[in-house]
Amino acid sequence: MEAPIRPDTLRLDGVRKSYGVGTPVETEVLHGIDLRVAPGEFAALVGPSGGGKSTLLNLIGLLDQPTHGKVRIRGVETDKLGDAERTVLRGRTIGFVFQYHYLLPAFTALENVMMPMLASRGRPGGGMEERAAALLDEVGLTPWKDHKANDISGGQQQRVAVARALAMNPALVLADEPTGNLDTNSADGVFDVLRAVNEASGTTFLIVTHDPRLAQRCDRIIELVDGRIVSDRPNANVVRRSGAVFSESARRIS
Amino acid sequence: MNRLLPFEWIAAVRFMREGLVQTLLIVVGVGLGVAVIVFMSAALAGLQTNIIRRTLNYMAPIVVIPPQQVARSLREGGKGAAVLVQPRSQQLRSIDQWQKVRALIERLPDVTDVTPVVSGPGFALRGDANKAVNVIGIEPETYLRVIALGDKIVDGKLSVASSDIVIGTELAQDLGAGVGDKLRLTTAGGASQTLNVTGIFDFGNKRVNETNVYISLHVAQSLLDIVGGVSSIEIRVRDPFEAETIAQIIQDETGQEADSWIKTNAQFFTAMLAQTLTNRLIRFFVGLTAALGIASVLVVSVVQKSKEIGILRAMGTSRGQVLRLFLLQGAIMALAGSVLGSGLSFVFLSLFRSIAKNPDGTIMFAIEIDPPLLAVTAVGATLVGLLAAALPARLAARLDPAVAIRG
Repeated sequence: MEAPIRPDTLRLDGVRKSYGVGTPVETEVLHGIDLRVAPGEFAALVGPSGGGKSTLLNLIGLLDQPTHGKVRIRGVETDKLGDAERTVLRGRTIGFVFQYHYLLPAFTALENVMMPMLASRGRPGGGMEERAAALLDEVGLTPWKDHKANDISGGQQQRVAVARALAMNPALVLADEPTGNLDTNSADGVFDVLRAVNEASGTTFLIVTHDPRLAQRCDRIIELVDGRIVSDRPNANVVRRSGAVFSESARRIS
Repeated sequence: MNRLLPFEWIAAVRFMREGLVQTLLIVVGVGLGVAVIVFMSAALAGLQTNIIRRTLNYMAPIVVIPPQQVARSLREGGKGAAVLVQPRSQQLRSIDQWQKVRALIERLPDVTDVTPVVSGPGFALRGDANKAVNVIGIEPETYLRVIALGDKIVDGKLSVASSDIVIGTELAQDLGAGVGDKLRLTTAGGASQTLNVTGIFDFGNKRVNETNVYISLHVAQSLLDIVGGVSSIEIRVRDPFEAETIAQIIQDETGQEADSWIKTNAQFFTAMLAQTLTNRLIRFFVGLTAALGIASVLVVSVVQKSKEIGILRAMGTSRGQVLRLFLLQGAIMALAGSVLGSGLSFVFLSLFRSIAKNPDGTIMFAIEIDPPLLAVTAVGATLVGLLAAALPARLAARLDPAVAIRG
């Protein structure tokens, strides 16, 4: 039995995923994925559309289960967990940022950031409002914290989504094209926030992106083509910063 | 954000406020339904109470009389014998051992008051006037608890001492007699007595006001020639609608014949039952319509919010929390609707009061909306809301977060 002192944040062994299992149209979209991501990594997952990136992200995020193989999150074998346990593990260790922010329009920016803490604790209190305010400050949105989610710009909404993903202080943040829907300026801003959080608090990031410019700013680039990892290499010449300053405030919240 | 409320409550209230127009429409819909139910129930209860009161004001809910006398063939069981049995004429008789029968009835749990009565036909004479009357001998202390005769006195006072008589307004007019006048009462047996008119009653029923005369039990016994006996025992019960059941029990226990007001007014009672049934049917369908309204609004909301629900689930919201979030919305909308409906029912009531009047401007019959009815309706509506939300809530809780987010 392996008992590492610090288990990988994420470890996949021979993960396969088929859709339409047992029907004539059964198709395998992931053909045996082995992957390890260590704590504190800032990795990009790239590849053509239809290559299985979103499917892989759903498996890692415990939103879906593999047909074969094992998904371990911080050493926990997730295939043995029930729905309720998976929900708890997901809520406490994984943060999500999607291409579309999916904020709840009925709530303010601050309340949206509080939402994962609220769902986990069951009721407000316990300093969650202060933490949410600090996170919003972190992404530079303090002036907009009391605006309803739909009353701020797309880039700002995505930053709220980033703050929300960080609310439970997750070990791993999964971002599915987090800047795919934004203009270059806003995209750089959001990306800077992700990077700053990674550097300040050591949160592990796995970012799906189509944008080679953004992939070049990650420490490691994993390429997925037709359900197979075709290349997985460290990025020799990382572009560290777009110029914005977020690291100072990022250090404060960690 | 209220710090005291659980997550589900906060989210439920926000979701409803977000779709304010939908929420308001359904709350108004539920409110109208509740108002109709409350008003109809109250109106029916008022109408029935009114009719029962009018019927039962001169009539006891249960009257016990001696069993019918039956003629029997002398050669009972005789084979082939052609026998003509003529029904026997019924004479005025006393209830056998009526004190014992009375004591037996008084012990029954649902019986509140029991009074012995002697009644039979007679004539009231005054001057040249001669009217057929129904002579009723009463024991005032107990009789007044069964029949509220005391409340019906319009002139003089209720006194049936040895030489007193209380007559109705119609009879007083026909005989030209007022309080303090004398009249003579005779019976078919030839007995007669002169009595003082001490009071005049009005039951609001012409026939009763014309024929009923009240005298003391002892005088009636001697006039009708059943000394020491009584011709009937009249009974008041806790719930008038149970009268027939209780009458059956009395009949079995005492061997006497017990007639309830339900049996003697069978047609009228059937009409009332039909009313009650119709009311229930309408209530059921109004409730069903409100439930379907709530359910459809919530189903639409679940579909509209499927991505948000998916995200909530991805962020660690449990299935139970999502389920409760939608159940709560149903319950809250129904409760809000029933509060609105309770208010509306009072509006209906005042409208009804201004329309439903007798020709002389008095109120046709009293309708009261009592707080228990409102409370029961509110609780019922909330349960219906919960039930209506069950399907959409399950739909929401079962959403696959991966599918919801992707789709």
